[in-house]
Amino acid sequence: MTTTAAVARRYLLLTLLLGLAGMLAVRVGAVGLTLSDIIAAIRGTADNATHTIVVGLRIPRVVLAALCGAALAVSGATYQALLRNTLAEPYILGVSSGAALGAVAATVFGLDRLSPWIIPAFAFAGALVAIVLVLRVALVAGRVLDRRTLLLAGVVVGAFCNAAVLLFLTFADAESFRSAVFWMMGSLAGATWQHVLLLAVPLAIAGVVLFGLARSLNLLAVGEPTAAALGVPVERVKYLCFALASVLAAAAVAVSGVIGFVGLIIPHAVRLLWGSDYRQLLASAALLGAIFLVGADAAARTIAAPTELPIGVLTALVGVPVFVALLRRRDD
Amino acid sequence: MTDLAWRAERVTFRHPGATRDALCDVTCDLAGGGVTAILGPNGAGKSTFVRLLIGLAAPTRGIVQFRGRGLTSWPRGAIAREIGFVPQGEESVFPVTVREVVAMGRYPHLGPWRAEAEEDRRIVRHALEDVDALVFADRPFSTLSGGEQQRVRIARALAQHGSAIVLDEPTAGLDVRHEIELFALLRGLAAHGRTVVLVTHNLSLASRLADRTLLFSEGVLVAQGESRSVLTGELLSRVYGWPIDVVQHPGPGAEAGGPLVVPRLTPPTGPGL
Repeated sequence: MTTTAAVARRYLLLTLLLGLAGMLAVRVGAVGLTLSDIIAAIRGTADNATHTIVVGLRIPRVVLAALCGAALAVSGATYQALLRNTLAEPYILGVSSGAALGAVAATVFGLDRLSPWIIPAFAFAGALVAIVLVLRVALVAGRVLDRRTLLLAGVVVGAFCNAAVLLFLTFADAESFRSAVFWMMGSLAGATWQHVLLLAVPLAIAGVVLFGLARSLNLLAVGEPTAAALGVPVERVKYLCFALASVLAAAAVAVSGVIGFVGLIIPHAVRLLWGSDYRQLLASAALLGAIFLVGADAAARTIAAPTELPIGVLTALVGVPVFVALLRRRDD
Repeated sequence: MTDLAWRAERVTFRHPGATRDALCDVTCDLAGGGVTAILGPNGAGKSTFVRLLIGLAAPTRGIVQFRGRGLTSWPRGAIAREIGFVPQGEESVFPVTVREVVAMGRYPHLGPWRAEAEEDRRIVRHALEDVDALVFADRPFSTLSGGEQQRVRIARALAQHGSAIVLDEPTAGLDVRHEIELFALLRGLAAHGRTVVLVTHNLSLASRLADRTLLFSEGVLVAQGESRSVLTGELLSRVYGWPIDVVQHPGPGAEAGGPLVVPRLTPPTGPGL
């Protein structure tokens, strides 16, 4: 059994790694920066241009990448236990399709030119509408939240939203089409401190509550009769986990578009490395997801500079081989 | 340990939307200690009754008490600290170790925030010892055989540290040796003062190893009491709709336990069997 001290050491290590990754990520980009530039900018003694790049652009972007990675990993891990499905990820219940519908609608109707907050707002609203729809559809069949019905409801609502997105795109002009497609590929470009705040608040709240539900999640992964017999108020916990995981996914998608793969693979990587106990898995996954997305975003910015690669492409291209290596290691 | 464990008073249960009662006017007392077998054909209401015993469902009418308190008024966590439960073959979809599975039995005592203390680890170790599973404590649960997995589930229920343990068909799918070993384990738990209640389809084992038997048929508790007096050929034949004989064990194993329950090979004949 892993001791508390070992888990604490792991958190410390991961936090240091995250700091290191963050520092490197702030340094790289169109304009190369040294560590002393960055420190000067933070202390307010650098020139205006450097200050703007570091404090206004780079740091919020890196922090947002970290928060997105953490939110997606925690959301995915929660869905995996809630749905008792190892293939579950943050977008499995139609959150991304709903968000895409909102964002594309805003783009196609030209609303995005009114304010930079229109797209995130529409995406978030679209995601929430999709979640409520999924819940309504799932409860048509019965009064309790059944994971199979929920999954099915997610698939049909997602399919419906995807069809609507394609319908909108059919009538979109070339420019709207392009920006809509790029939004759907996910990007952290244009990150501001407001974006950071928008994601940090739900992540902090959901993170604490879900940590308190970690043992219930362990039991839900076994089965509902077992969970109930071991003291879990099953229905209440399911609704709460569903709501928290969905809001996390919706908030992440609203500020960054659809970034795939993180929410699926990071929880599994944690299980392979350190086991399945959600008491440690949630925090480990949050930290690992943060490190992973900070690294992926930095790579996306620099590999083909000045062209920025879609971050979702990077997460899959880098993540898949790493994951396969982890799988092999377990088999040895 | 002869004080009362459960008391069911005129308990009726109907599933939401169902047209007939799954349990109808069931009244019984289960004394503390010993092994009680719950028997009956498929669909007789055994599993529903078990759900009521551990408070997973509330009776539509009537009351189920455990140690003098109505179960519906208990918080889930409090029930989990009193009654261990072994469901049918559930396992985590994720890779978990045997020790982690058994440690889940401590959850009702820990609540959401408290970390496992030395005392919890000691109880988990004892539970593993009691079912003879300490040797594979650190193996992945999914790599165990069916019999081993079932012993580990029992260890988890033991780690709940209640006075009673309820098992839903604990020997389903096990071979003869593992089935008898498991029953012997349950007898041992009862000998140490725990109240053991189990659902089973193995009538002979119930006859030989259970102190008391509850026999259900179509939602009605048709007989209860000492296994020897409940398990008669005439009653079992009627309840199961198939000719069944109850015969004395002829061989050297006869000294331990009650008679054998042997269904005939030929189908029922005549209207009244």
